[in-house]
Amino acid sequence: MNRWLPFEWIAALRFLAEGRMQTVFILGGVTIGVGVIVFMSAMLAGLQANFIRRVLTSQPQIQLLPREEAARPLRAVRGVIEAAVVQRPTQRILSIDQWQAIAAAVRARPDVLVVAPTVAGSALAVRGDASRSISVVGMDPAQYFRIVRVPDYLVAGEARLGTDDIVVGSELARNLGAGVGDRINVTTARGGQRTLTVTGIVDFGNKGANERSTYVALRTAQSLLDLVGGATTIDVTVADIYAADVIARDIAGMAPVKADSWITTNAQFFTAVRAQQTSNTLIRLFVGLSVAFGIAAVLVVSVIQRSKDIGILRAMGASRGRILRIFLVQGGVLGFAGSVLGSVLGAGSLFLWHRWFRQADGSELFPLVLTADLFAAAAMLAALTGVLAALAPAVRAASIDPVDAIRG
Amino acid sequence: MRSVAEILVLEAVRKSYGIGTPVETEVLHGIDLAVRAGEFLAIIGPSGSGKSTLLNIIGLLDRPTSGRLVIDGTDTTGLGDGDRTRLRGRTIGFVFQHHYLISAFTALENVMMPMIVDRGRADPAMARRAEELLGWMDLERWRNNRVNNLSGGQQQRVAVARALALDPPLVLADEPTGNLDTAAAEGVFARMRRINRERGTTFLLVTHNLALAERCDRIVEVVDGRIAAEPAGAHAGPAAG
Repeated sequence: MNRWLPFEWIAALRFLAEGRMQTVFILGGVTIGVGVIVFMSAMLAGLQANFIRRVLTSQPQIQLLPREEAARPLRAVRGVIEAAVVQRPTQRILSIDQWQAIAAAVRARPDVLVVAPTVAGSALAVRGDASRSISVVGMDPAQYFRIVRVPDYLVAGEARLGTDDIVVGSELARNLGAGVGDRINVTTARGGQRTLTVTGIVDFGNKGANERSTYVALRTAQSLLDLVGGATTIDVTVADIYAADVIARDIAGMAPVKADSWITTNAQFFTAVRAQQTSNTLIRLFVGLSVAFGIAAVLVVSVIQRSKDIGILRAMGASRGRILRIFLVQGGVLGFAGSVLGSVLGAGSLFLWHRWFRQADGSELFPLVLTADLFAAAAMLAALTGVLAALAPAVRAASIDPVDAIRG
Repeated sequence: MRSVAEILVLEAVRKSYGIGTPVETEVLHGIDLAVRAGEFLAIIGPSGSGKSTLLNIIGLLDRPTSGRLVIDGTDTTGLGDGDRTRLRGRTIGFVFQHHYLISAFTALENVMMPMIVDRGRADPAMARRAEELLGWMDLERWRNNRVNNLSGGQQQRVAVARALALDPPLVLADEPTGNLDTAAAEGVFARMRRINRERGTTFLLVTHNLALAERCDRIVEVVDGRIAAEPAGAHAGPAAG
């Protein structure tokens, strides 16, 4: 008999060992429960990280735009409107007023990581007989590529942007029959016209984006869109992506710009992420509850089966507190042992799932996110759940009257 | 050998059940009893006479409705649950009609159990003490057997050894031979008697077996919750030696 273990642990472990079948079944139940929690948590963390990475590496987290142009009602005198119907004005491509000062002010904020002014507009790409409407984004690659990781999506060439260079989407390149080193003509409605050399081709994994996206140097876009010295948007990334909404409102309050956060512009995606988190929490809660009820049920039966043992231990001088602790220890041991086995089961299943189930192109479906924190949290929570689940049976055991137990 | 002072004194002990209800029943009607240290006392009486209730009260498993109980010099009247539990653990050993050994443990571990409960942890000295006690019961060979693998007589001898683990001055035995055949019953009784003689441990033996009772130092008969006159010639006095 282990001389280091206290009486409560000796009794608890022996009771568990003797009730072999019950112990194996409930341990199996706890193992599966914890395994499901570990598997789901790690998988959803990976999927979520992957989604967010994909969404946030292809767009800025906050975009600052010029305020929309609004038509003023025509008033003859104060309080009298001449024309009651006000037509919505067209939204011209305008530069943000004082964009350098605004960009500097935003860059100075501690919660902002990168600020990249851009000039964006639409144009027509022509090569031979083929022409396609395109979206032109002009920017400073040193800043902008830290926000939208264009080089990560390169499938040909390089993300080099000189004054006469252009990086195009893969579908656009295919439609124009252009490869790296080929030239295309780009013209805009304002009369801008440039012949640019394709230096890189990117694939964003989205047909629409690949058909229209093009990237040029800031000065090139300024000249094409007749906005010399201007910037139509200022793209921003922040340290805490979930605080983007608050920061956007803050910036809109301090500068004459409209600030859109990724949370607003991707409202559906963000809702999906939140819904996923909520459903994950609910699933974990209900699995945890079913594990707790399983442990409690087994221990209640154990208390009934062992009432005579409890009676004789009480007659020997074991206090109510000690009897209580015997069953709390059993609950904790079941929870902890189940969490260790469940962690192995969950992590093993996730590893196999990650290895066998791939995307069509062979790349991983989601990154494998298995952290020590997850296992430590699972072990602690399961042990705590076990102890709490054992509370009712333990109180019942402690309240057994030795006379009744021995007589009965 | 212990001193011959009184190990147990009961004064006007009464016990009622269902107090304050229409079915209130008094089962012990003022028991007065004094037991000297080293006595081997038999308590006899018909079924339902209150013998087991009396033994539960003496064993601090139950409380008297009124009266006074002194065990080994300690008046138990005002003791709380914790103090009663401690006093019970260190002063009284129990042997029941059914052995009530814990099946999760071996014979040796069952005998060690009162010591582990008392001190909180196991240690090698406890194992040595348990082996010695099993030796007295001629059970050395069976010490590592699970108790379910022992015969009824062996199980009851392990229960006697367990009752003696903390060397209590008082052992309460409630029909310890009731479930045993004659030979096994004799084996258990003879060993208890030997412990009584050699160690001076006081035994209170509740039994229906008059032949065994007559071999005790003294017989106390309980009838209808009262102590009847002790049968003539039954008082042999405490064992000397």
